[in-house]
Amino acid sequence: MITFKLNGLEVQAEQGSTILDAAKFYGLEIPTLCYMEGLDPWGGCRLCVVEIGESPKAKLVSSCTYRAEEGLVVHTDTKRVLAARRMMIELMLSTAPMSKEIQDLASKFGVTRQRFTPRNEECVYCGLCIRMCDQQMDARAIGFQNRGYRRKISTPFDIKSEVCRLCGACMYVCPACAARCGGPNADTDICNACLQVEPTCLETYGELTCWMYDAGRCGTCVQETKK
Amino acid sequence: MKAPAKLKTLKDLEQTIAAQKRQRATDERPVVTVSAGTCGRARGSLKVLDALNASLRKAKLDKKVNIRVTGCHGFCEAEPNLIIHPGGLFYQKVDPKHAEGIVVETIKNKKTIKSLLYKDPITGKSAAKEKTISFYKKQKRIVLGDNALIDPTRIDDYLAIGGYGTLAKVLSKMPPDKVIAEVKTSGLRGRGGAGFPTGLKWELARKQKAEPKSIICNADEGDPGAYMDRSLLEGNPHRVLEGMMIGAFAIGASEGVVFVRDEYPLAVKHVTMAIEALRERGLLGKNILGTGFDFDLQIAKGAGAFVCGEETAMIASIEGYVGEPRQRPPYPAEKGLNGKPTVINNVETWGTVPLILAKGGAWFAKIGTESSKGTKIFALVGKINNTGLVEVPMGTTLREVIYEIGGGIPGGKKFKAVQTGGPSGGCLPTSKLDLPIDYESLTAAGSIMGSGGMIVMDDKTCMVDLAKYFLNFLRDESCGKCISCREGTQRMYEIVTRIAEGKGKPDDIELLEELAQACKDASMCGLGQTAANPVLSTLRYFRKEFEAHIKEKRCPAGVCKSLIRYAVLPDKCTGCLSCKKACPNDCIHGTLREVHLIDQEKCIKCGACYEACRFEAVETQRDEAIVIMEGAR
Repeated sequence: MITFKLNGLEVQAEQGSTILDAAKFYGLEIPTLCYMEGLDPWGGCRLCVVEIGESPKAKLVSSCTYRAEEGLVVHTDTKRVLAARRMMIELMLSTAPMSKEIQDLASKFGVTRQRFTPRNEECVYCGLCIRMCDQQMDARAIGFQNRGYRRKISTPFDIKSEVCRLCGACMYVCPACAARCGGPNADTDICNACLQVEPTCLETYGELTCWMYDAGRCGTCVQETKK
Repeated sequence: MKAPAKLKTLKDLEQTIAAQKRQRATDERPVVTVSAGTCGRARGSLKVLDALNASLRKAKLDKKVNIRVTGCHGFCEAEPNLIIHPGGLFYQKVDPKHAEGIVVETIKNKKTIKSLLYKDPITGKSAAKEKTISFYKKQKRIVLGDNALIDPTRIDDYLAIGGYGTLAKVLSKMPPDKVIAEVKTSGLRGRGGAGFPTGLKWELARKQKAEPKSIICNADEGDPGAYMDRSLLEGNPHRVLEGMMIGAFAIGASEGVVFVRDEYPLAVKHVTMAIEALRERGLLGKNILGTGFDFDLQIAKGAGAFVCGEETAMIASIEGYVGEPRQRPPYPAEKGLNGKPTVINNVETWGTVPLILAKGGAWFAKIGTESSKGTKIFALVGKINNTGLVEVPMGTTLREVIYEIGGGIPGGKKFKAVQTGGPSGGCLPTSKLDLPIDYESLTAAGSIMGSGGMIVMDDKTCMVDLAKYFLNFLRDESCGKCISCREGTQRMYEIVTRIAEGKGKPDDIELLEELAQACKDASMCGLGQTAANPVLSTLRYFRKEFEAHIKEKRCPAGVCKSLIRYAVLPDKCTGCLSCKKACPNDCIHGTLREVHLIDQEKCIKCGACYEACRFEAVETQRDEAIVIMEGAR
């Protein structure tokens, strides 16, 4: 066990546990987005930043990846932390304005303005889908492409993945993407939106018909054979 | 040729070094040193070399002159250059057509060719020898100086200047703890940018129990306009490798990797040759020189991602994963390559190590300032007379480097700012010219030491445009993992572009500052944490320029194309037609001896007319004849 200071409180944590783990255990809430139990911490959304050390050497680190150390001084809600978090939310909202989860975060943290030109990418590149596919579904069908502002998430070579099982776990964990189920539009509607997901069509040719085709939705593969 | 004998004991190595030294001392042939680093080659040094060889053959002197093809000598402005020994004559900007003259006049008749000597841009005097050239006079070239003495492709050349002698000394007389103590005494700090004490890093890795430990040489130099590491690796690879071997011995590492970017083909070639030569001589492998020290080296070629210069991203890249940084701690010294303790040092740091062990840590600690010891190599580029690599003791002021070594700003223009530390560094204005160059002073002034890029700018540089340039580089090179850096640099770029186009909003500066601070605070790795520096430092020192762009829609330096317009001043124009000829879009009207007129509708603002208007080559007239008119609204 190691002892460190969390918001002025002397707390204990197991060796190797992260600041986020410890804070949760003590009932302190730190907002997260790209963090999910069961997946390796990633540290990409920077929402869970906390301030460690004392000024002037204090710095912000992501609590989901930073391991608690003996004698560490941690503050989870300083002005600096909140300013950074608000800016992260504003940035995320500028690329995925339709996300309920991020909109909720904006309300919670008092982000009331959008000062950047919105770009409807409906993705914040948090990598949850990729880690889910890799670590829980053991498929590794999707991954990051490119770097910097050109980054995107896709299958290798942008073609239909051979290893995707269409389990939908990527969509299930996604906080932003448009493919995620938002429920039917009206009470009487049957949505079936998930049946339209491309390019993850399971089966290609031959006598085997995939269930998407059964539903009369996809048909990509059949059209290709006809040619 | 017969393969050289393997060196089996320390004594073998010492004897070989002594033999090579003797051979060099007794060789009485004149030596012509041709600088042929990448930069020299680009300026045609290989053609000069061919011409020299041909002329020597013609004069039947080819057996009587020793031509040494070396790496970069640092003075890029004077490339291709030759140094002729004995005497040390320094010929600059040599052309193949000069070869014959050099052979006949200088080598045969021992006469100096005055037209090939260097002329000082300030005093106008010519200097015959390296030592008397103002560019070299103020420098202390303890790391870079040997470049001119050796052919980097020949290990014998390195041995002839005592190379690997320090390794022999360390292996025979110094236990690892003593090596680390010596490096700690020297006060050497990482030359890659952050300036972490090297001795401390080594000690931390030495204390780790996990095996096998490794060391990495960081040669992933990516800053635009910086090429210190390339020159050292191209010009003196053995020195870096000797440093790595000493380091490996000190921390108990058995594996070494040189991570070099593939954009440096000559560096890759020379390091590969150096490693092969070492293997051939038995200086790599198991039980080196019978001392029980096992060590081997390999090369990992980087694909040119700037972020891979960050140590955790570099490790990921070497391991075959995407080059993305991860959380530190655990630091690589605890958990690095393949999860084992790893020490990563920059090329220059490794290159400094043999020197410290040879001359002692105390000697090294005497050079430099209280907290920053030794010398540092800078790539002095931009609007400067003497472009080149400059090695100066820490604590030298920017003014000394720019005016005394660099020879000032060309064309009589005024100094405006100097950008240190590459894209993540900052711009320092005239008021900071007397700042001593060391890690702390630069950080306090809002810039960083970085790996040593130094870009000088004159008053025709727009700071908004500059910030835009660096942000464009960074948004492209950010790995994209943290939203603060990926989206932060992209949004900062958008805002600065907007300002440069005259579409800036009143509260844009405030937003920029807020965003820059968040990017600096919230990012995980060094790239993101410093990515805001180009914005923060230009805003700190040149805020008025940003305000002029936003409020007055005016670019004071006359750079931002959307905010300027080219016009001919009637009372200055002589009607020489040179601007008309230069215009690629046919938008200048007028005939000979008639005042010209620029069709503003058609003008694409390329600036060709502005450049072309220099009749009688009078600088001030050019400025007056075609002026940049402000505020096109």
